[in-house]
Amino acid sequence: MLYFIEQCLNGAQLGMLLFLLAAGLTLVFGIMDLVNLAHGSLYMLGAYFAATFAALTGSFVLALVLAVVGSFIAGMVLEVVAIRPLYGRDHLDHVLGTFGLLLFFNELVRLVWGPAGMTLALPPEMLTAVQIIPGIHYPAYRLVIILATLAVAALLYAVVMRTRLGMLIRAGASNREMVGALGINIKLLYTLVFGLGAALAGFAGVMQAPILTVQIGMGENILILAFVVIIIGGIGSIRGAFVAAIIVGLIDTVGRAFLPDVLHLTLSTNAAQTLGPALSSMSIYMLMAAILVFRPEGLFPAASR
Amino acid sequence: MSASLDPSLNAAPGSVLSARNAFTVALLAIIALFPVYSTLTGDTFVLTLFTRVLILAIGAVSLNLIMGYGGMVSFGHAAYLGIGGYAVGILAKEGIDTGLVQWPVAIAVSALYALVVGALSLRTRGVYFIMITLAFAQMIYYVAIGLDRYGGDDGLTIYKRSQFGGVIDLNNKTLFYYLCFALLLASIYLISRLVNSRFGLVIRGVRSNERRMSAIGFPAFRYKLVCFVIAGAMCGLAGALLANHTNFISPAMMHWTRSGDLIVMVVLGGLGSLFGPLIGAVTFLLLEEGLSRLTEYPDLILGPVLLLVAIYVHGGIEGLLQGRRRG
Repeated sequence: MLYFIEQCLNGAQLGMLLFLLAAGLTLVFGIMDLVNLAHGSLYMLGAYFAATFAALTGSFVLALVLAVVGSFIAGMVLEVVAIRPLYGRDHLDHVLGTFGLLLFFNELVRLVWGPAGMTLALPPEMLTAVQIIPGIHYPAYRLVIILATLAVAALLYAVVMRTRLGMLIRAGASNREMVGALGINIKLLYTLVFGLGAALAGFAGVMQAPILTVQIGMGENILILAFVVIIIGGIGSIRGAFVAAIIVGLIDTVGRAFLPDVLHLTLSTNAAQTLGPALSSMSIYMLMAAILVFRPEGLFPAASR
Repeated sequence: MSASLDPSLNAAPGSVLSARNAFTVALLAIIALFPVYSTLTGDTFVLTLFTRVLILAIGAVSLNLIMGYGGMVSFGHAAYLGIGGYAVGILAKEGIDTGLVQWPVAIAVSALYALVVGALSLRTRGVYFIMITLAFAQMIYYVAIGLDRYGGDDGLTIYKRSQFGGVIDLNNKTLFYYLCFALLLASIYLISRLVNSRFGLVIRGVRSNERRMSAIGFPAFRYKLVCFVIAGAMCGLAGALLANHTNFISPAMMHWTRSGDLIVMVVLGGLGSLFGPLIGAVTFLLLEEGLSRLTEYPDLILGPVLLLVAIYVHGGIEGLLQGRRRG
């Protein structure tokens, strides 16, 4: 039981990270109608920025802030230089162009930081375990991740729903021509939204960096998971992304932890050992397939936002 | 009917001597003559490289059927390379080494997988479809990693290539090369027959305007699904060839960037043109090979090239040969 609660917390933590990535993707898709495969590269850049700044300044928090700002700027530069010409094009052109960008960024990181990965050390006070419920100790840093991403999610919600910028973002998603006709600088808005998505991805990369190593291609597998989140949640819906991210995070983590044991109960040891790892990695895709059968538009289709 | 909406329907066969036809014929002639060059000079590197090019070109040709003619942008096509390869590898490991079993199984399992994935993902379109095909391919990738008995993450060496009762010896490099070449030409021929048949017209009509095709009574979903399955089966064969070529299978065969490579080949060569995928495969793999010799960081150049192609080049190399350009 204690193990189960711990795994659920791990799942929630993965889910929150997925949400940060999925929110950026879904914002960019909902407003600019752009498929961005290079989104994972910004996650990777965030982690590399943080590792570098942490080595320079010696402070984790300072590195976090600088890395998020760095990702924000990198995202805006990327949008102006490479993404702009792709607006209004076929989705296939987006796939091709951003696939090229992804290759470019992986190679750029190899050129600048070298092929070996980096590590981002945590401040010592975060290395301890906290007793959350009597009898359950949980690593402090993982709790920090959950709380920090929850705070960012709340902030994002406040920005989108309560500020003028957020109003423009929502207006841009429903009718971009009209927003432009009303005298809003739509180009600048797009750049800001792309930068915002990049900052969210960069933040996710920084938060994940101390747990995994910072390495080339670290953003790719998690990007595909973020796609699954968007498919389940409904493209363009931030609320859907949030709910789906938690579901995917929980099912993936809990499935990996318990499915092999469950199989042991029903199958022979040999069969369970063969099938266990294969099946548990399939669980979220099964969920995705099931959602597609019943609700092809996702749980929260963007139209009903 | 919808002919005026769809450029590929209007593309006249053209005069026999057009720049494009001359280029295609020259390319095919060069490809056909590589084994002669290899035998004369003893340089087998070119032969090995181009065997790979031909095999991946079969994959690209099959992807072009659904993407170029059918308008279904699948980002999971490398899964079939993996399934075809694993069919050969797993059967070989279990002691069944005749190609007469291995290859049909590779094709059948790929077709079956395509049927399931197609039935689910064709319920959606556009970006959803791209992401869903990508996600399912990633699932197969992780399944392969989980197959501990067949090497898991490290992959599996195939000690004996597919046997054809001593009639065809795949260990003969020249013979294997020509077999791949023949299968490539056969798949291009099959596609040309297919897209010019009534079935192909429906598929291209659905790409132009699915709602209209449904309205005049064609079950668009079923046509698209059949098209999807044919492409999957064809790419499964390419996977079986690839496993025989490298004598090795691993999850890396179906890494999602490999699906991206296949898309790049099709778009680079020319979407919805018969020989475009071959031209794209040759160009892409030679570019990759050349750049990795030129510099330690090939993707630093390749990446921006792909971006520029996406922005400026319409219709790929085939399009350029015809003088078509994005306005």
